[in-house]
Amino acid sequence: MTANLSAIFYLISGILFILALRGLSSPETSRQGNFFGILGMIIAITVTFLLIGNFSSVFIYVLIFLLIGGLIGAFIAYKIPMTAMPELVAGFHSLVGLAAVFVAIAAFLNPEAFRLGSPGNIKLSSLIEMSIGAAIGAITFSGSIVAFLKLRGIMSGLPITFKGQHYINLLLGITIIVLTFYLCNTQSEIFFWRLIAISFLLGLLLIIPIGGADMPVVISMLNSYSGWAAAGIGFTLENSALIITGALVGSSGAILSYIMCKGMNRSFFNVILGGFGATDQTLSSKGKEQKPVKSGNAEDAAFLMKNASSVIIVPGYGMAVAQAQHALREMVDTLKKNDIKVSYAIHPVAGRMPGHMNVLLAEANVPYDEVFELEEINNDFANADVAFVIGANDVTNPIAKTDPQSPIYGMPVLDVEKCKSVLFVKRSLSPGYAGVDNELFYRDNTLMLFADAKKMTEEIIKNLN
Amino acid sequence: MEIDPFIFRLSIFILSIFIGYYVVWSVTPSLHTPLMSVTNAISSVIIVGAIIAGLSGDSQSIFNTSSIFGFLAISLAAINIFGGFLVTQRMLRMYKKKKKDKQK
Repeated sequence: MTANLSAIFYLISGILFILALRGLSSPETSRQGNFFGILGMIIAITVTFLLIGNFSSVFIYVLIFLLIGGLIGAFIAYKIPMTAMPELVAGFHSLVGLAAVFVAIAAFLNPEAFRLGSPGNIKLSSLIEMSIGAAIGAITFSGSIVAFLKLRGIMSGLPITFKGQHYINLLLGITIIVLTFYLCNTQSEIFFWRLIAISFLLGLLLIIPIGGADMPVVISMLNSYSGWAAAGIGFTLENSALIITGALVGSSGAILSYIMCKGMNRSFFNVILGGFGATDQTLSSKGKEQKPVKSGNAEDAAFLMKNASSVIIVPGYGMAVAQAQHALREMVDTLKKNDIKVSYAIHPVAGRMPGHMNVLLAEANVPYDEVFELEEINNDFANADVAFVIGANDVTNPIAKTDPQSPIYGMPVLDVEKCKSVLFVKRSLSPGYAGVDNELFYRDNTLMLFADAKKMTEEIIKNLN
Repeated sequence: MEIDPFIFRLSIFILSIFIGYYVVWSVTPSLHTPLMSVTNAISSVIIVGAIIAGLSGDSQSIFNTSSIFGFLAISLAAINIFGGFLVTQRMLRMYKKKKKDKQK
C-alpha cells in the first residue's frame, strides 16, 4: 500500500473516531458510535499492516502480542464490576501512557523503521515531538498509577502534602525542558533516559497531594494527558489518525476537568495544587457545639415516603461504596407501585469520576429519563415531599449558599433543604470531604437515618411492604 | 517557497482540538463515564506506532531492543483497545429508557 493511500485511510479512521464521540450525545445513538470507534480502530490497524507489508514470521509475533493484550482486555471488560469503573479508567490511562513511552523509546532506538533518520542523527523536529510524547506519557503513567492506588483504597485517599512540594514539581518541569534541549543538541541516549525517569517522578508527585473526592478532576486531567501524549507520538509518526485522536481525547479530558472544577466552584489550579483538608481544619473544629439532631429508623422513613406524592433521590459516593444501587431501585419500584413520583438528582461531582452515579443507576436498571442533572431538577425540590439523600454530603450543604466564610461557598448545591422533609442516610455525623459540617443535619425537616446505605434501604423496603 | 509538511499536521491537530471541543460539549453528562472509557480505547490507536516498531525486524532477528519495546506496547495498547471498547459497550447496553407498559 502506498503512503498516500494509507494516509487517506488513517484520515477515515480519524473521522470514525470523531463520530464515535459524537454518538455519545444521546444514549440512543451511543451504541452506534461505539461501533464506529471499533471500525476506525480496525481500519487503522489493518492499514498499518498493509503499509509495512512485512508478513514474515515477525508478523506472527505481532499477532500473538496483540492477542495476549486483547484477551486480557476482554477478560477485564467482562469481569469488572461497575462500581470499580473509576479504578479501571485510571488503570487504562496508565497503559496508554506507558504505551506512548514505549513507542517513543522504540522510535528513538530504531529511527530507520519510522523514517526519522538514523541513530544519533534523528531529525530535530522528530526528537522534540518524541520527547514531548515520552514525557507526557510517563507523567500519565505514574500519575494514573497513583490515582488507581488511591481509588482502589490500597493507598490512603488523604492528600499527601509536604513543604516545598510545588517548587520541587516546578524544578522537575524545568529539568524536563532542559533535558529535551540537551537531547536535541547531543542526540545522546543518556538524556533521553533521564528525561523519562524525571517525568515518571513528576507524575507521581503531581497526583499524591490530591485527595480522594477530587478524583473526578484528576481522572479527567489524566484522560487529557493521555490524549496529548498520543498526539505527540502522532506528530513523530506523521500519522493523522493519531494526531486527530490525540487532539480529541486531549480536549475531551480538558472539558471534563473544567466541568468537574465548576461543579465544586474551585479553580483548576486550586485542585491541582493540593487538598481541601489542609486549610479548613480550623473551620470544622470551631463549630463543635452539640446541636440537636433528629434521628429516625427505617419505619419512620417508610411512613414518610408512603405518604408522599413525590420523592427525589440524591445519590452520592456512599451509595457506590455500599453497593446500594440495586436495593435503591427496588425501593423506588415499591414506591412507584404506590403511585409516588420518583426522580433522581445527580450533582456533577457526585462519585469518583464524571458520570459515575449515572452508570451505577443504569446498571441497576434505572431508566435514564428518570435521572436528572443539577440544573434540570433543582427547582423541583421546593415542590417535592421527600428528598432521600443516600451517600451524598457536601453537595447538599446549604451553607454553600449562605456563608461566605465557608470553603465550599459558591459551590453549586442541590436545594435539598427546600423539600418538605429530608431523609439523610449516613453512617455518622462526620463532615464530608471538604471538612465542613453539613448544616442540613440540624434542620427541623431533616431526619437522619444512621446506618449503612444498603442495609437501611433494604430495611425501608421491608417496612414499605 | 515551500510549506513544511509539519504545518499541515499542525493544522490537522488544531482543527481537531476545535472539533473535539464542540463534540465533547454536546455529550450528555449522563454518558461521561462511557466517554472516558471510549476515549481510552481510541487513544490506544497509538498501537500503530507499536506495530511499526514490532514489524521492524525480519525473520532472522525478530527481537531487538526497539522491537521488544514495540511488542510490549502492542500488548499494552491491545488491553486498552479491547478492554475500552468492550466495557463501553457493556455500559451503553445498560442505559435504557422507561418502558411504556410499566407506567400504566
